[in-house]
Amino acid sequence: MSWPPAIAGLLALALWQGAVWATGVPAYLVPGPIAIVRAFLAAPTLLLSSLVSTLVVTFTALAVSTVLGVGLAVAITASRWARAAIQPWAVALQVTPIVAIAPLIIAWVGDPFAALVACATIVAFFPIFSNTAIGLASPPPELLDLFRLNGAGDWATLRLLRLPAALPYFLAGLRVSGGLALVGAVVAEFVAGAGGFASGLAYRILESGYRLQIPRMFAALVLLSAAGIAIHAVLGVFGRWLLRRRGEA
Amino acid sequence: MTLLAIEGVGRRFPNGTEALRDVTLAIAPGDFVALLGPSGCGKSTLLRLIAGLDAPDSGALRWAGGAPGPGEIGFVFQDATLLPWATAEENVSLPLRLRGIPRKTVRAEVRAALARVGLSGFEEARPRELSGGMRMRVSIARALVGRPRVLLMDEPFAALDEFTRHALQDDLVALWRELACTVVFVTHSIYEAAFLARRIVVMTPRPGRIATELASPLARDPATRFTPEYGVLVREITGVLRAAMAPA
Repeated sequence: MSWPPAIAGLLALALWQGAVWATGVPAYLVPGPIAIVRAFLAAPTLLLSSLVSTLVVTFTALAVSTVLGVGLAVAITASRWARAAIQPWAVALQVTPIVAIAPLIIAWVGDPFAALVACATIVAFFPIFSNTAIGLASPPPELLDLFRLNGAGDWATLRLLRLPAALPYFLAGLRVSGGLALVGAVVAEFVAGAGGFASGLAYRILESGYRLQIPRMFAALVLLSAAGIAIHAVLGVFGRWLLRRRGEA
Repeated sequence: MTLLAIEGVGRRFPNGTEALRDVTLAIAPGDFVALLGPSGCGKSTLLRLIAGLDAPDSGALRWAGGAPGPGEIGFVFQDATLLPWATAEENVSLPLRLRGIPRKTVRAEVRAALARVGLSGFEEARPRELSGGMRMRVSIARALVGRPRVLLMDEPFAALDEFTRHALQDDLVALWRELACTVVFVTHSIYEAAFLARRIVVMTPRPGRIATELASPLARDPATRFTPEYGVLVREITGVLRAAMAPA
C-alpha cells in the first residue's frame, strides 16, 4: 500500500465532511463520513453478519464458477463437438443481463441460498471459463509435438502440459471473477430482498433506503466496496504467490 | 547399411502448396546429415515426416527394424520450448516420464544427460534463470536422454548469438562422436552445414526438392572454421545453391 491514495482519500473525506457541515444538508440526503461511521457503530453485528452472508454467497459462487469454468474449458479443449455445443451457450449466458433473469431464477429455484449462488455464478463464471480455455490452448505446437513423439496420450498432455500452462490464465480470470461474484451476489440479493428474503448487505441497503436510514445505507455500501477491494487484492496476492512458487513471474 | 530410406516422398498441404516433390534420401546409422536450403524449401516438412509427425502423400519412409516408437526420435526445435514452470532436471526427465518410467529410476540418467551438455549444477534452475544458449543445451539434453535412434534438429542454433552458436556446434560434434548417434540437422546457414555435417543435402524451394548432395571431408574441430578448405567448401555449396535457385 502506498501513501498517495490514502492521503487523497482522507482529504476527500475531510472535504466531504466539511461540505456537509458548511451547507447543513440533512443526513437523509447526504450523510457525512462521521454520521456513516456512527451508523455502523450503532449496529455493527447487524451489518457484519449481513456482510458474512453476502460473502458466503460470493465465495460459494466463486467455487462453483471455478469447478464449472475449468471443467467446461477442459471439455471444449478436448472435443470439437463439445466446443461447438458449449461455446455459444456460455456466451449467451454471459451477455444476458442478470438483473433481467434473476427474478426468474429466484422464482424457479426453491432454496433462496441456491438461487443467489446460481445468479452470482452466472455472472462470475465466464472469465474463469474463457481464460482457462485460452490457457489450455496456449502451449506452442512444438511442445505438443514433443509430447506426441514420446507417446503421451490426451490425459498426460492435459495433466503435464495444458493444465500447468493454463494456470496463469486461470488466476487472471479468477481475479476478475472474484469481483463479479460479489456483484452478482448483490444484484441477486436486491431482487430477492425486494421479494422479502432478508439477509445479505443488499437487503440492508434496500431496508435502510425504505426507512430513510441513509447513513446506515452508506455504511453498508462502504462495507460492500471494501469487501470487493479485499477480494481483488487477496486473489491477486494468492495468484502471485502460486506463480512465484513455480518459479515464474 | 541404411537406417532410413526415404523413397520418392511428396507432400502437398491442404492449401495446395507443394512442400516436397519426389525426395529420395538414404540415411545410414551414425550419419550427420544437414538439410540445407532457403526458407520454404520443405526441409522442416521433411524433418517432420522423418519424425512421424506428418505423413507423406506419395512415396514412403522405410526404417530398418520398423518405424520408431515413442521416445525413439529425439527432436530439437528452433526454440528451446522448455516447460517454463519446470526445473532443468524436470524438463530433461520429461520424455522418460511420458513413457511411464518412474521419476526415481531416471534421476541418474537425467543428471548424466545434463552433465553431457555441460549443465552440471543447474539441475534446479528454471528456464527463465538460464541464458538462451543454456536453454538450448537443456533442450538437447532432453532430446538425447532417451537414447533415441535418430536426433532431428530444426534450425536449433538460428536464434543464438554467434559465440554461443559456435560453442554449441562444437559441443554437438563432440556429443555426436561420443554417442555415435545419427543426426539430421535442418539449417539455412551454409557455414553451419559446412562445419557440422558429413553429408550436406542441398534443397530448392517450390516445390521442395533435393538439388544435390555434397560430402564434407573436413575435420570437425573448432580450428576448421579458419582453414582455407572450409572457405572452399562454403564457396562450393554457395555455388551449388545459386545454380539450383536460378530460374530454369
